[in-house]
Amino acid sequence: MKRRKFIKQASATVALAGIGGLGLQSFQSSSRKRITILHTNDVHSHIDPFGPNDGRNANKGGVARRASLVEAIRNENPNTLLLDAGDIFQGTPYFNYYGGELEFKLMSMLKYDLATIGNHDFDNGIEGLYAQLPNADFEFVSANYDFSNTIMDTHVKPYKIFLKDGIKIGVFGLGIQLEGLVDKRMYKETVYNDPVEIAQDMSRILKTDEKCDLVICLSHIGYFYKKFPERVSDINLARATKDIDLIIGGHTHTFLPKPTIEKNSIGKNVLVNQVGAYGLYLGQIDFYFEPGKNVEAKGTSIIV
Amino acid sequence: MFLKRITTIFLAFAVLACNKEYHLSKIEGKRIEINDSLNEDQKIEAYIKPFRQNVNKNLDSVISYAPKTYSKTDGELNTAIGNLMADAVYEESNPVFNSRTGKNIDFVILNHGGIRSIIPKGDITTRTAYSVMPFENSVVVVQLKGTQIKEMLIYLALAKRAHPLSKHIQISLDSDFQLKTATINNAEIESDKTYYVATNDYLYNGGDRMTFFKPNDSLFVLDYKIRNVLIDYFKKRDTINPVIDERFIQIK
Repeated sequence: MKRRKFIKQASATVALAGIGGLGLQSFQSSSRKRITILHTNDVHSHIDPFGPNDGRNANKGGVARRASLVEAIRNENPNTLLLDAGDIFQGTPYFNYYGGELEFKLMSMLKYDLATIGNHDFDNGIEGLYAQLPNADFEFVSANYDFSNTIMDTHVKPYKIFLKDGIKIGVFGLGIQLEGLVDKRMYKETVYNDPVEIAQDMSRILKTDEKCDLVICLSHIGYFYKKFPERVSDINLARATKDIDLIIGGHTHTFLPKPTIEKNSIGKNVLVNQVGAYGLYLGQIDFYFEPGKNVEAKGTSIIV
Repeated sequence: MFLKRITTIFLAFAVLACNKEYHLSKIEGKRIEINDSLNEDQKIEAYIKPFRQNVNKNLDSVISYAPKTYSKTDGELNTAIGNLMADAVYEESNPVFNSRTGKNIDFVILNHGGIRSIIPKGDITTRTAYSVMPFENSVVVVQLKGTQIKEMLIYLALAKRAHPLSKHIQISLDSDFQLKTATINNAEIESDKTYYVATNDYLYNGGDRMTFFKPNDSLFVLDYKIRNVLIDYFKKRDTINPVIDERFIQIK
């Protein structure tokens, strides 16, 4: 079994070598690799910083500041992804006046790589979301919203795979149940499917079929519901699934001082993170990869 | 042939050893506060500027005047600001409702918690309307039976809060907060009669535990945001003059 896999990989490599020739580069990158994941959620149209008299949030937030921070991190590590976990829209007059145009344009200028869809992103109806898509240079993922019978059909993928420094990163999206939360006239024929079942399918596809080194879930289902502990949430999702490395959450505006470490269905660690709301914080998760096979005894150290 | 094969295997080994096998060794996670210690990206700032100026110009345009400050905490069971909001919903929504249905709204009920800010003394701007009503909720008219109106009265008596009501309904409670009298447009409430009650979609859907709107005979969605109601209402007046009155009182 092992030998067969080796031969398969060997022949694939030879084929590659035959086409492109073997560059020196593949021999140089034997040192540690680092992938940086930056994330926001529930920014809710907060483009300007909060004013000096805003009590708890005084002088915090602001897209122009976030831009310089993201740029500095990217300069330090080009192998960076910038993700948003939904509810980009609604919360300041910018949305009421421009319908999300400025939010998407600024996210494009900040070079966001990917976003998922929150319930408030339907606030101008599914047509309102669709109308702003030309302003977004980034893509949207949602694996459990079925948009087949809506205007958004083909504009939202279940997942997207990024290749950074030879590391394959699969990111899939999850959205919250819309019935009872959003007016049906807004989301129209969008079908909500069970996040846990879908997440199991997605992590299998990304880990086993696509052979991703990292699997990230970009979720807007909420961190955890204390009064309804059985309700589907990021924490419950982490416990019920396997092969997900990181869940980036949103919806509940949960200000986590540091990521939560949960055990998945086979006892492995999953990180769950959420950075509150309104662009007051930027989340940063760094994944380090070492050359060589994984020595099970050592495992992965997590520093939060 | 043999040599070629050896070379191939060697190459494959070399590539595998230094390129393919990587494993996740360490994860670090943190959050970074966005605050004034960070520089603003000047390109982004310059891009936002015209949008901000346009929004502010519009938000800061003066549309009316408040001779004093109105707060939802001034008053027992009815407040000047709440009365203004409920009466504004009636005044602005009823023509829309009437033109679509030929019927009239009987009265308006909103929620005390839905008044999100004071109206400060001085110029009223569009921004005032955004502060008082930052949410996107809009007006709905519900067709209810008198029996449901009576459930609503029980709710109001128990809540003991100044939930905004329009001037068309009069309610008095006794010293024990028990319902004493209630009329709609100066007439007794009849159990079998149909009433058209305007509220917002949040309350209609059970917000603030106002469960008496369902089930109902009919729902009319006006697609008229409460905030726009306020803006339209302010624009029609040089000066507002809401007062605390007798519409919902306790007789001690």
